[in-house]
Amino acid sequence: MAASVRTFVRSLSRKNAGFSAVLRLSDCRWFSGKAEERSTHFGFETVSETEKASKVYKVFENVAQKYDVMNDAMSLGIHRLWKDALLHVMHPQPGARLLDVAGGTGDIAFRFLEYVRSQQERQQRRAVLLGQTPSWQDVSDRYPDGGGAPESAVVVCDINKEMLKVGRQRADSRGVTTGLSWVVGDAEELPFNDDQFDLYTIAFGIRNVTHIDQALKEALRVLKPGGRFLCLEFSKVTNPVLERLYDVYSFQVIPVLGEVIAGDWKSYQYLVESIRKFPDQEEFKGLMEDSGFFCVQYFNLTGGVVALHSGFKL
Amino acid sequence: MWLRYCPRSILRRRHIELTSSAPFVHQLHTSRADRSHSYYDGLYHGHIHTTPFQKALLAVGSGVAALQDPYRHDMVAVLGETTGHLALVNLRDRMRNDPEGYTILTERPRIRLSTLDLKNMASLPDGSFGREYLRFLEDNNVTPDSRAQVKFVDDEELAYVMLRYREVHDLLHTLLGMPTNMLGEVVVKWFEAAQTGLPMCALGAVLGPLRLNASRLQSLFTSLGPWALRNGRGARCVLNIFYERRWDQNLEDLRQELHIEPPPVTLHSPRKT
Repeated sequence: MAASVRTFVRSLSRKNAGFSAVLRLSDCRWFSGKAEERSTHFGFETVSETEKASKVYKVFENVAQKYDVMNDAMSLGIHRLWKDALLHVMHPQPGARLLDVAGGTGDIAFRFLEYVRSQQERQQRRAVLLGQTPSWQDVSDRYPDGGGAPESAVVVCDINKEMLKVGRQRADSRGVTTGLSWVVGDAEELPFNDDQFDLYTIAFGIRNVTHIDQALKEALRVLKPGGRFLCLEFSKVTNPVLERLYDVYSFQVIPVLGEVIAGDWKSYQYLVESIRKFPDQEEFKGLMEDSGFFCVQYFNLTGGVVALHSGFKL
Repeated sequence: MWLRYCPRSILRRRHIELTSSAPFVHQLHTSRADRSHSYYDGLYHGHIHTTPFQKALLAVGSGVAALQDPYRHDMVAVLGETTGHLALVNLRDRMRNDPEGYTILTERPRIRLSTLDLKNMASLPDGSFGREYLRFLEDNNVTPDSRAQVKFVDDEELAYVMLRYREVHDLLHTLLGMPTNMLGEVVVKWFEAAQTGLPMCALGAVLGPLRLNASRLQSLFTSLGPWALRNGRGARCVLNIFYERRWDQNLEDLRQELHIEPPPVTLHSPRKT
């Protein structure tokens, strides 16, 4: 019953986005007002909700070409360590299917593929060393009609076409051809069926989403039972001294770097402001639990500059 | 609706860039693209507030970026804005003390494709300022619309002076008879450095020659360079001329009025060579 009502609502909302806010079952807010009139934050500015989506789109359209260079410059290369930490916590095994939302330029996707391939090699080496009797895997492989293990695959989903374009160029230059697909989609309304993915990651993307709770619900929907949700995002620094330094660095240096390297001050001003507006570690944990994730935990990286949240769909 | 009752001839001649001190008039004149920014939180459209620390960082960063890639015009512009405060004040005072310059400061004309009457200028006789300017734009394949916006100057009038300086740069090329190749740009920079005292011009004047080959360097140091410096010091302030009203004036007359000697060497524009 609930499922059919949900699909009915979804079909309605696709036809008439203006009324979708009213009909959304999860919120049960019986406003007569439409989404355009509700306001939200865009950095420190207050804008209407529809305006926020298009402004965020424009920001990432502008920064797409220099996105990776800027990440290295702003974080002094530390963002690579954060993403590596995400992969280590994720510990994907061969055969896993990952959905990387807001995955734009593909950092997580490339790391996932490398990790899984190295895991596969490790398993094969171990099997050879131990001289085990053939596993069911090998037995089924030898059957004439194939039946090999499902290959691990990653789907990179992003709302912004420019970011995906840069990601595809990077994939081409790295020679990565299989196991990767690029899909344009909105985190609040994913173009996938239910129960599709073993892993869902969103790295430094969820603070740009207008309705975070909606994105969390969609994540829950597309994960298989037993699937894991992982979110890497800038969060509240725990140490007060580091916090002051971080604030000074964020507001004084980062927009200047944005102007000098990417020629765009305002996009990077938005970035540092949007970090301040995002809920802190405990609040986000609460949001995840409210959306239906279990065993929610978080890890602080670099003193709380970045938090890695993890939850399971059971 | 003040603009509706203004005679069309005045509207065509006056291209007024209105200031934030008259907000209601500004909103009337705002173009469609600007309407979303009618509530900008700076002193003028495109203004970004910066602390002195940020200005210093910007100056260093943009200097390095401009040196590494001289085609980053936006970085040259940022360098000029962050280092040029004293020179801009000096220029603004010189404009205030000159009657024509004062008119420019009050009327705020802009040189853009939308404000230039190209057909009219093409029909002017050869040798007139407007015709030669148009020829310069065509020969060098440039447009007056490619100037960067002023962002980091913290005074609205000084921001206009900076903008006017940028827009007059192309006209200077015509006045000095210099094309837009490296040598021509360096010569114009030497002239501007002597005239305006902007640190960015001085930096460009010093570092520009590093990219010239031997024969051009020789031409620069023997004839063009001294001529540019001499005229830069002796000429009337080029920002004090209301160019928009002088399109039909003869170029040689205009040069004499400004105390600019004709160039000692004729340089050819990239397209012709």
